[in-house]
Amino acid sequence: MHMADALISPVVGGIMLATTAGVVAYSIKKIQNDMDEKKIPLMGVMGAFIFAAQMINFSIPGTGSSGHLGGGMILAILLGPYAGFITMSSILLIQALFFGDGGLLAYGCNVFNLGFYTCFIAYPLIYKWFTRKQITSKRIFVASMISALIGLQMGAFSVVMETLLSGKTELPFGTFVLMMQPIHLAIGVVEGFVTATIVTFVWKARPEILEKTATLEPLGNVSIKKVLTSILIAVVVVGGSLSWFASTNPDGLEWSMKKTSGEKTLKAPDAIHKTLSEIQNKTAFLPHYGFKTKSGENKEKQAQNEKTSINAGKSISGILGGILTLALAVFTGVLIKVIKKKKKT
Amino acid sequence: MSNVINSLYNMRLLDDLARKETPIHKIHPLVKLLTTFVYLIMVVSFGKYEIGSLLSFVFYPVIIFALAEIPVAPILKRVLLVEPLIIGIGILNPLFDHHTILFFGIVISRGWVTFLSIFIKCGLTVVASILLIATTGMDRLAVGLRMLKVPKIFVLQLLLTYRYITVLMEEVSGMMRAYSLRAPRQKGIHRSVWGSFAGQLILRTFDRAQRVYQSMNLRGFTGEYNTGEVTKVRFKDFAYLAGWSLFFIISRIFNIPTLIGLLVTGVIK
Repeated sequence: MHMADALISPVVGGIMLATTAGVVAYSIKKIQNDMDEKKIPLMGVMGAFIFAAQMINFSIPGTGSSGHLGGGMILAILLGPYAGFITMSSILLIQALFFGDGGLLAYGCNVFNLGFYTCFIAYPLIYKWFTRKQITSKRIFVASMISALIGLQMGAFSVVMETLLSGKTELPFGTFVLMMQPIHLAIGVVEGFVTATIVTFVWKARPEILEKTATLEPLGNVSIKKVLTSILIAVVVVGGSLSWFASTNPDGLEWSMKKTSGEKTLKAPDAIHKTLSEIQNKTAFLPHYGFKTKSGENKEKQAQNEKTSINAGKSISGILGGILTLALAVFTGVLIKVIKKKKKT
Repeated sequence: MSNVINSLYNMRLLDDLARKETPIHKIHPLVKLLTTFVYLIMVVSFGKYEIGSLLSFVFYPVIIFALAEIPVAPILKRVLLVEPLIIGIGILNPLFDHHTILFFGIVISRGWVTFLSIFIKCGLTVVASILLIATTGMDRLAVGLRMLKVPKIFVLQLLLTYRYITVLMEEVSGMMRAYSLRAPRQKGIHRSVWGSFAGQLILRTFDRAQRVYQSMNLRGFTGEYNTGEVTKVRFKDFAYLAGWSLFFIISRIFNIPTLIGLLVTGVIK
């Protein structure tokens, strides 16, 4: 459900990577003073837990789609915003590398969407506000629920913006938004519940964790063993019970897409695309498909070239060339394998 | 839970593949990381309507698969698992794009071109990411990241999370196998033993994680991350990066497949 490389442009990907890198660097600086070694295994375990939790898809009733936990709020509440953000970024990197879930260029976008809004906006502004006077079961529940809902809404909207600015899909802004936000509202409710459950669990077993994290004190004499134990119990409960409800339904993002077919489309903001494509044309290696370009061509000619270049691409030479290239590639691979086998014997 | 176990096997497979000693594996991790990034940027920078030139980028994964002796099937299966999401988004392009093009006399929406473009890009980029980890492995990749001046704490956290995932899931898989061997007719785990199953799992996983952390301490872990062997970037590595980057840039600028096709049709004529 994380954004794939194919949906973003290098510009957007690069900007988000730089932004995320900046936030990570800032977080690291912030925790360097408070970091005591006991927190490191806790970060590792929490990372593993959220990783496992994100693999479980649950179906959203009434919509026919499914979603999965973000986990940003849990990390922020139990580890503090800075450590939480760092943990989230390492989880997403492992997912990108090992599962292709979220591209490497889109890595910055994904960390930002799932981590920034929860750790640095929802947590300090919403969760902490609700629990400012004291921490009770009820407050935890309300705080978790609202933070999760808003954090996810912001993350979902971010996805829409990043996709729109990359200009890789034809999806009109309005329809995309109208589909993404309600789905993530539903996912947010579930995330709110799970967050509240886990946080209440930890709070009942070891309230010092929450209070110490709130004031960014190191964990000191708190019984790490007991906290780790309870968290790992939650891992198994989540894994065991929720996997019963694991869904094969399409993900929330896909469902949004499928549902918009046949719907009345709102006017696409062509102006934005035109401006962006102009910028892209100027900064791209070659403005467009053809390799005979003259600078200063007007827009009409560019559009015409685009059209004819599509036709050229679809013409026989193009297709034949494409098939030949693929065949050549496969042949090369097979050839290398054969040579290697011969070398061995 | 089987989804969890399958993911563990997948990660273990990639980890094992990374331990091979082929020429590709011996290339410096930083170089492989940079090559992958150049590849991704080139592939993603293609416009919406370009498909022909994209195809020449198939050479990179094919050659890596062959030279690094990486089995194609499991990786491609992984890619196919990611594609549905892209299909879900891309399939609307034909509907939303009101321009049409002529394709061999049939009028189709231009959206099919963009759809195919996204589909191919997704396949290429995901394969590139997975091949990176399959030829490098987490440890060597961490070395590469440190050379890029990525902060120690981040790299440490990354490695620890990675290791704890395997610790956690190894315990789960072992316990589930033991359980199913003792309960042959039972599908899944009976709810009456969920509690003790969970409890056992916690204690074992926790103990193992503690032992890992303690052995790290005993070996002098003080929060520092030492990369061990200092790998220098040799000429071979430079050549690898330069060679591939050149190929990617040329493929980006020139539409090689069309050139080949024109050549062949020209010859035929």
